[in-house]
Amino acid sequence: MATMVQAIRMALHVGEERLGVTDIFGEDVGAPLGGVFTATQGLKTTWNSPLDERGIIGAAMGLAMAGQKPVCEIQFCDYAFNTIDLLKLAGGMYWSSNGQFNLPMVMMTPVGSGIHGSLYHSHSFDAQATRTPGWKIVIPSNPRDAYGLMLSAIADPNPVMFLAPKALLRAKALPGEEIPGEPSDERALNKMIDAPLADRANWTPQWPALEDLFIPLGKARTAREGTQLTVVTYARMVQVCSKAADELAKDGISVEVIDLRSLHPYDWDAIKASVKKTNRLLCVNEDTEITNFGEHLIRRAAEELFYELHAPPKLLAGAHLPGIGLADNLEIASVPQLNGITEAMRTLVRHQP
Amino acid sequence: MRAVIATEAKSENGTSAQLSPELLLQIHDHMLMTRVLEERLIRMQKQGDGYFWIGGPGEEAFNIPLGLLVDRGLGPAHDYLHLHYRSTGTAIAMGADPVDAIRQMKNVASDPFSGGRNFAAHTAIFDWNLVPISSPIEVQFSMAPGTAMAQKRHGGRGITIVQGGDAGTAEGDFATCLIWSSRPKQELPVLMIVTNNQYGISTPAATQHGEKLIADRANAFGIQTALIDGNDPEASYRGLKKAMDYVRTERKPFLVEARVSRLHGHSSSSGANFVEDEVDCLRTFQKKLEERGLSTRAKMDEQRERYTQHLLDALKKVREEAPPTPESAFDHVFATTNKAGQVPGGVR
Repeated sequence: MATMVQAIRMALHVGEERLGVTDIFGEDVGAPLGGVFTATQGLKTTWNSPLDERGIIGAAMGLAMAGQKPVCEIQFCDYAFNTIDLLKLAGGMYWSSNGQFNLPMVMMTPVGSGIHGSLYHSHSFDAQATRTPGWKIVIPSNPRDAYGLMLSAIADPNPVMFLAPKALLRAKALPGEEIPGEPSDERALNKMIDAPLADRANWTPQWPALEDLFIPLGKARTAREGTQLTVVTYARMVQVCSKAADELAKDGISVEVIDLRSLHPYDWDAIKASVKKTNRLLCVNEDTEITNFGEHLIRRAAEELFYELHAPPKLLAGAHLPGIGLADNLEIASVPQLNGITEAMRTLVRHQP
Repeated sequence: MRAVIATEAKSENGTSAQLSPELLLQIHDHMLMTRVLEERLIRMQKQGDGYFWIGGPGEEAFNIPLGLLVDRGLGPAHDYLHLHYRSTGTAIAMGADPVDAIRQMKNVASDPFSGGRNFAAHTAIFDWNLVPISSPIEVQFSMAPGTAMAQKRHGGRGITIVQGGDAGTAEGDFATCLIWSSRPKQELPVLMIVTNNQYGISTPAATQHGEKLIADRANAFGIQTALIDGNDPEASYRGLKKAMDYVRTERKPFLVEARVSRLHGHSSSSGANFVEDEVDCLRTFQKKLEERGLSTRAKMDEQRERYTQHLLDALKKVREEAPPTPESAFDHVFATTNKAGQVPGGVR
């Protein structure tokens, strides 16, 4: 049972072996560290770049247009903001050239709060990402999805952002979230693919015989079935919302949790079908609430599903603040928490038209 | 026409050798066509045949030799070009059809560079590794190391050529290119070109830059440099050839700073009228051709007349070409196949 960071590493290995990945690079991505979260440890095409996020995105674009298949990393999404015009340029390369230049590249970056990351290791990037047309955007909530979405991201001929919820990188998989081909014993896996803490000069990983798993970009997953309320969420909030739903189940309240997995393209059909069944919608994510991706979903629900809704759709998101403060109380006050989510679910289900 | 250049390149080892009369006349042909094209595009904007003009009149003496020296082709075995919106002459010298520039100015569906989406001079030619030119200044300097890495890996003599103006070197992307192309033992075959016209729109360079020469900034990285009189096509050809030969064989970066004129201002937003007090490289070169007995005034005037008429006739036809349909705005947001990976030397 791999952790998410091991799942990403194994997907990148499969990318190198079977999908033509030529370069995995970024700050501290190469040996000996293999990434600040170890996502790129033991891989054969990794290299360290200068401390230059714009250079990283630009190099990936150049490599992609010259027939290579790069996966680049921005160490924390908090440091991707100075690359936004290059991200726009990458997203527009195919369109602006009238279908001449496609860019087969993956940009991966850890996102979100939950590791006491203070102001600049807690940002979200999902709203920003969805405002960058021409990119596909994935954001897994568990190791299996991370593996399958990364393989699809690599195989896609377009720029794909892989947003990794950093608080989940070390979280273990749950039953049902196995990666096809990994050993069932997690200690055996650790021994095979985790670099030793001491001398790793002569260390090479022993990769398990991993199988293909291509999770289609743009397809959501029903994390938990229910009948009275649809919760649309992704990343770290999938677990929190599922936990809240478990609590409500004790009171006989049935909540459906949809894990979007892809923010663009996104699975409107899945949202629509669920809302038609439950007649209630709650969107939950960590990004700041003004011009939030959940707002877009609620706008669309209001326009297309108005007469299906038995309660006003609701968004629970991060507070519109310049950052997430380091002290526990500050983080709790600015990011959706279990209690608030449970309360919002209860209120929505109770609401009668 | 390209065969002439190949002969020329073989016969010329030093840098001071005279260029052959055939090559000089070929350079003149392209310079003249480029100038006539720019004048047509400016007129189109003023007459309502386009919304905005930007281009490179005054840079022909540099940009034409550059285009003639390019190893044109598809994939990392050939040169990659990360140009900017004053580079039309380079594309013309490479063999681009000037009528396509008129199509882009007129934003018709047949504009092969952008399908009516982008401004004039925003050239993009996949088959020639001519990377889409975009409006943001200097971003091409961040992309250039990527194509150069692919070329170094591929082997051969293909290089990456990246060009921008003087004002843009204040952007961090310029430093990105210096640093990424000169990493120890990982140097990249990048020819960096700064065409210095001494202005950023209305702001004189001297009011914003303290460095004596932009090229000096490469010294700190051990990158070789050359200062070229970009108003002189012979000096440009020789200087560029030397720089390119170095990058092709040494697989290391080189920076060229070329002094050029800006003969019609920044763009149509500042009127695009002819600027009298700057050197006109075409006028100077034509005088030289006359003096050397390689051409005559009458011949060159006739040629200008012919090119002007050709582009006017072309414009009349382009005016009849269809604009992009509203539905086509939604085309090409996402690719369904990896065309980039299928180039010769690509991964798949």
